[in-house]
Amino acid sequence: MPSPFILDRSSVTQVMAWVLAALLPGVAAYVWLFGPAILVTLALATVTALAAEAAMLKARGYPARPFLTDLSAIVTAWLLALSLPALAPWWLIVTGTLFAIVVAKHLYGGLGQNIFNPAMVGYAVLIVSFPVQMTQWSGPLALTETSLTLAQSATVIFGGDAPKATLDAVTMATPLDALRTGLLQQLTVDEIMTQPIFGQFGGAGFEWLAAAFLLGGLLLWALRIISWQVPLAFLAGIWLAAGFLHFFDAGRFGAPWFHLFAPSVMLGAFFIATDPVSGATTPRGKLIFGFGAGLLTIIIRTWGGYPDGVAFAILLMNLSVPLIDQHTQPRVYGTSGRGKEPPA
Amino acid sequence: MTLQEFRTIFHNGLSKQNAGLVQLLGLCPLLAISTTVVNALSLGLATMLVMASASGAVSGVRHFIPHEIRIPVFVLVIASLVTVIDLLMNAFVHPLYLVLGIFIPLITTNCIVLARADAFASKNRPLHSVVDAIAMGLGLTTVLVVLGAIRELAGQGTLLSGIDLVFGEESKQFVLHVLPDYQGFLLAILPPGAFIALGLLIAAHNWRKARAGRRVPAAVPMPA
Repeated sequence: MPSPFILDRSSVTQVMAWVLAALLPGVAAYVWLFGPAILVTLALATVTALAAEAAMLKARGYPARPFLTDLSAIVTAWLLALSLPALAPWWLIVTGTLFAIVVAKHLYGGLGQNIFNPAMVGYAVLIVSFPVQMTQWSGPLALTETSLTLAQSATVIFGGDAPKATLDAVTMATPLDALRTGLLQQLTVDEIMTQPIFGQFGGAGFEWLAAAFLLGGLLLWALRIISWQVPLAFLAGIWLAAGFLHFFDAGRFGAPWFHLFAPSVMLGAFFIATDPVSGATTPRGKLIFGFGAGLLTIIIRTWGGYPDGVAFAILLMNLSVPLIDQHTQPRVYGTSGRGKEPPA
Repeated sequence: MTLQEFRTIFHNGLSKQNAGLVQLLGLCPLLAISTTVVNALSLGLATMLVMASASGAVSGVRHFIPHEIRIPVFVLVIASLVTVIDLLMNAFVHPLYLVLGIFIPLITTNCIVLARADAFASKNRPLHSVVDAIAMGLGLTTVLVVLGAIRELAGQGTLLSGIDLVFGEESKQFVLHVLPDYQGFLLAILPPGAFIALGLLIAAHNWRKARAGRRVPAAVPMPA
């Protein structure tokens, strides 16, 4: 295209706004499949993130307005909220968001300086510290006997006297939890997959949530806000690692489709691993970054202590970014591969 | 020993050259044992006792130690004193001894003990050396206790839990349940919590120093 027609989507605010817009299909699917509780979680995380951002900006002597309106805090809040169980207690959401914004973002120097993805740091802190509360996932509406209205969800989240039975009726093990528990009980994957929580190729309901995140991710790619390398390599890493294990022992390792269509994978591949700050920056580096994260996810899911490993995989790869970037510097045009002048 | 010397030594140990916050020496036990106030205080005092006696002993024989082999000699002196402390704690506060475990013998390898023996005791008179060791030990113990308090409070909402390990069953009533019905914040107890809390303490210390520096622009440097 001739240059006057090139649309510039490069300001932080525009990029962040598009990321939020791309998350909307996922949020809509979430509400449709799992009930409106996620809206309360999203709102609470957003308010907490903005308050924490404002407080930290003031403490660090930065003007609040341009940084608060760049939407980056809201993106962090949404990514964290979408990673948490929708019916998590309010203090869990607040603690995670505060940790993400205050420690992982501002103590490392603010937007552009954080070496770890803030949302994933918040998630890791919560899963390590509060494993019990982090397992209260709402089941898909298609499988639960009752459902909570928006007001009832808010009551549960803010610690109101929701009858324990109600909470038990709407929460259930996620497909990854069910797989893990089943394998510990010496069941084969095929036996486990007969449970109602499993759907066509992922978890019942969960697979459609994953598809909605995928849709949003493809939108970001179509707009060239994210490049193709990280998501594709991430999904390839998941697919190949899970496929390899499944090929050798289908009874003990879940199918690659199943691993691929977990919502956390799609969210991680398109929205979290593509973080331009904490991810790799060179084209080849992005491939390595994404593939490593996918591989680690399957390794952690299979042999680790937690049912899902996307967050830890991305954090571990964040840690390797300086090394990856240093060894994948693209060739400067007009020089040989080693950065020297080519022989005449 | 003049009052001025005494002051300088204490200022060095507690703030200017604080082992935990400025020199960052002996971090391994500092991070591992600061899970509760009682653990932190016990290990801090044990380390201080070793430091005081080691510095005194080293200073007393400083003219007889060949310079080339001074480090092995210092380590030998420190190790003997640690063995004494180890046996004493095993005999008199056995439950605490079991909790602190390997970290008592490891006082031998705590670099702050050796550092004070080499940097101060081998060049100064015994009284000065003992005072210096006590000041350094107090500085380390303070950091340990503050870190222990932060982690215990954040981690399980209590203070002084485990006090019964030192004073017996009856003293359990002294455990302060500061935050009743607290869910517990496991991260604070785990190693990352130690690193984060220590980082915050160092930041607070530097911030205080920077502020003091701004107030008095031409601060006269303290003689070391």
